[in-house]
Amino acid sequence: MTKPKKRINEFLYFALKNKRLRVGLSVVLFFLILAFIGPLLTHYQWDAYVGPAYHPPSYEYWFGTTTFGQDVFTQFILGLKASFLVGIIGGGIGTLIGVLVGFTAGYHGGMIDEFLNMLTNIVIVIPTLAILLIISVYLKVRGVLIESIFIGFTAWPWAARAIRAQTFSLRSRDFVDLARISGIKPLKIMFTEIAPNMMSYLLMTFILQFGGAILIAATLDFIGLGPTNAISLGLMMNLAVLWGALPLGMWWWFIPPGVAIAAIVGALYLTNVGLDEVFNPKLRKL
Amino acid sequence: MSLKVKNLKVYYQTLKGDVKALDGATFTIGDGEIMGLAGESGCGKSTLSNSLILLKPPMRFVGGRAELDNEELPIWDMEKMNNFRFKKISTIPQYAMNAMNPIRKIGKMVSEILKYRKVDFKSTLPELKRRLDLVELSHDVLNMYPLELSGGMKQRMVMVLSTLMNPSLLMADEITSALDVSTQKAVAKMLVEFRDREFVKKLMVITHDISILYQIADSIMIMYAGKLAEKAPTSVIINSPRHPYTKLLISSLPDIGVKYSQKKLTGIPGKPPLLLDPPTGCRFRERCPVAFKKCLNEEPPFMEIKKGHFIACWKEFEKNA
Amino acid sequence: MLELDKISKVYKTGTFGGKELLAVNKVSFDVKDGEVISLIGESGSGKSTIGKMILGLISITSGTIRFNGVDIATLKGCALKDYYRNVQGVFQDPFSSYNPIFKADRIFRIIREEFFPEIKIGEWSKKIDSSLRAVGLNPNEVLNKFPHQLSGGQLQRFLIARALLLDVQFLVADEIISMLDASTRVDVLNLLAELKSRGLSILFITHDLSLGYYISERAMILYRGGVVEMGSTEQVYYHPLHPYTKMLIASVPRLDKKWEEVEVKLKAKHSKLPTGCVYYERCLFADKDKDCAKRPPLIEAESGHFVACSHYMEVNESF
Repeated sequence: MTKPKKRINEFLYFALKNKRLRVGLSVVLFFLILAFIGPLLTHYQWDAYVGPAYHPPSYEYWFGTTTFGQDVFTQFILGLKASFLVGIIGGGIGTLIGVLVGFTAGYHGGMIDEFLNMLTNIVIVIPTLAILLIISVYLKVRGVLIESIFIGFTAWPWAARAIRAQTFSLRSRDFVDLARISGIKPLKIMFTEIAPNMMSYLLMTFILQFGGAILIAATLDFIGLGPTNAISLGLMMNLAVLWGALPLGMWWWFIPPGVAIAAIVGALYLTNVGLDEVFNPKLRKL
Repeated sequence: MSLKVKNLKVYYQTLKGDVKALDGATFTIGDGEIMGLAGESGCGKSTLSNSLILLKPPMRFVGGRAELDNEELPIWDMEKMNNFRFKKISTIPQYAMNAMNPIRKIGKMVSEILKYRKVDFKSTLPELKRRLDLVELSHDVLNMYPLELSGGMKQRMVMVLSTLMNPSLLMADEITSALDVSTQKAVAKMLVEFRDREFVKKLMVITHDISILYQIADSIMIMYAGKLAEKAPTSVIINSPRHPYTKLLISSLPDIGVKYSQKKLTGIPGKPPLLLDPPTGCRFRERCPVAFKKCLNEEPPFMEIKKGHFIACWKEFEKNA
Repeated sequence: MLELDKISKVYKTGTFGGKELLAVNKVSFDVKDGEVISLIGESGSGKSTIGKMILGLISITSGTIRFNGVDIATLKGCALKDYYRNVQGVFQDPFSSYNPIFKADRIFRIIREEFFPEIKIGEWSKKIDSSLRAVGLNPNEVLNKFPHQLSGGQLQRFLIARALLLDVQFLVADEIISMLDASTRVDVLNLLAELKSRGLSILFITHDLSLGYYISERAMILYRGGVVEMGSTEQVYYHPLHPYTKMLIASVPRLDKKWEEVEVKLKAKHSKLPTGCVYYERCLFADKDKDCAKRPPLIEAESGHFVACSHYMEVNESF
């Protein structure tokens, strides 16, 4: 039996054994499945007035109704879907840009690194809220896609920094020197020697960006800068607070979305910690 | 008073089973003795020293007994061992120089360690300063950060710290391997000085560099594949070793004055056995030039063939008998 | 074959790169065909830096390195690749020299891709086989394995086998046995000595004097970036002239006699001299006179034996 198969098996073994990974992934998968099959469970539109207002959870309306008589469960399901979309698109864009910038800066060093560092710092410092406010003035109608793109383009610096540091440390290793004295061109070294070593790191970076994007989206939605034509978990909480759910005690309107966001993002971070233990042999417990 | 270790067995837990890293060590170190522990990588010397002071997973205590100054060491119990650490047993681990917290000033680090051990820093300070003088470190070092010191200085600082409470047993694990030859000499000599001044009563110096042991150790113990091979006074090990492994090891050491063109040195062909499933009988038999039938089936016990000279080899037992 | 002419390497340190660190200071020497020369120095002496400059891994700040008459700083592209056909290196840490996620023999595949793309697989396998046997490895035992499945000694020999595939003429061996066990060290050392007899030149970088003595004809002692003594191995080891060399030889732990009672002072004896002899601080013979205030040049004390010390004759007498 050749080693590669065994190595993957070794990873799977530790992955499945790791409690944190199991718990985290299960929670995320649960919500993911809910987001997919959910629309099949409800036949209402999220913004249609379908029943009596202020209604607590009941057999007809599983999560109750809003102040306008909209079905909270429908909103919840569609909001979940929107959150996951933002996570994937926003997180994906952020990771992609972060990896490109970090990798290039880390491998070349020198002036290229200085320039990219400057770029990264500028983007961190830009007041994203202010920019978003300005954008919201010009774009009256915004969708989940625009929001995801915006988040992706403003959240990448953290990924870039981490990737750059990792690339730096890998680049000074002896096997990179050996590749250089074998006459391999620098670009080829980056892709054939350094990148494969960072696969686990890249995965973990993506998971962090994914979770981060969901959280940022929820925050933006909550203050009203989110999509205008769709419902999301953050928007649900925004509307709930706006329309007096708190004094009226309509817990079914704002608690489910809040719990869902906290659970998903928390589970993602937990998964990340678990993955770290799986990839790093020194952290494994037998 | 002495350190008595009897049949100590410590294995490493892995996915595939237990790696028998230390499989039955029996020896004694008396007061005032510097014992060198030598062997190649994977022989179990670090496992031995680690198990005596911090036996933590993936290491697993399997059996045996360790006694320091007539008191049994509860090495399987990390909590109970806390009473012994630093005060009665101390260690200078490998890469100790990198073990200092980079964002703490050294003086602060020392006071924190002492506080944790319930020792008053202020009353220990004068003795600390005396020891710093002994190792030629200026008192200003207490106000510096680790990165301001050179490798040799850090090593000396760790030596002072580890011996501050005058432990009965000090274990030094490869403390000279990362140092330059001139600092090596100074550090090795300091170890002897600590013993001479009775800052430490017994010293176990672990290294693969036997020539250093020749310079400072009173006795040398050679380990191979988790077992003890030979223990004898230094001059005996170097000049008249009896175990085949020791003989081959000594003859493979290049020394100044020996040139390839004049006398070609020979290594030991082969590799040490994997300890996951060690071979039956003597673990050295596959590489041994004088192995015979008995070596295949029975493991030679570690026995005293002459006063102070222990060995585990059937061939040598035959010669003696 | 290889000629270094006043090679220097300066690193910029400190915030905004204000300060300068002189890692290598105008080092000159040459290596002839089929010669093994030891470059001996402690950490911080610049010996690894010199090795890396020869291999083109670090840029040269000033001075020239000539290989068979050609200045290597001018080599680019194809010419640089040709250089690597003739000049190769083996590094200190065998485990770090391999990309841990790939199999060890991938390094052979890389050589074929980069240098011998036209050779067929069958013929290439034969070449690998003979190369492995030349370094004392059994192809069936070491091929198709991951680095962590092989021992340090095997990995180092693997790297030498890789260099042999290229018909290398000059090998930079940077502390290649310091991380190996005592019993495998000798095998790798003997291998190097054998290769030398077949015409290979080796720059043997080490901090261990006894190893240097075993296989080299000439030795160079480096201190803080500068050559302090240079000559045949017998001259340097048995008649050291520089105070630093003497101190080094006296500090080497030997198996036939105990350390001499030569004091090794760790605290600096004198304060630093900004532009003087680099060894001034620790030197027992220094004085503030004009000689030590300027960096002493390399003087030929006896035929082929050079020393950079203005007091070498005194030093010689006192020991």
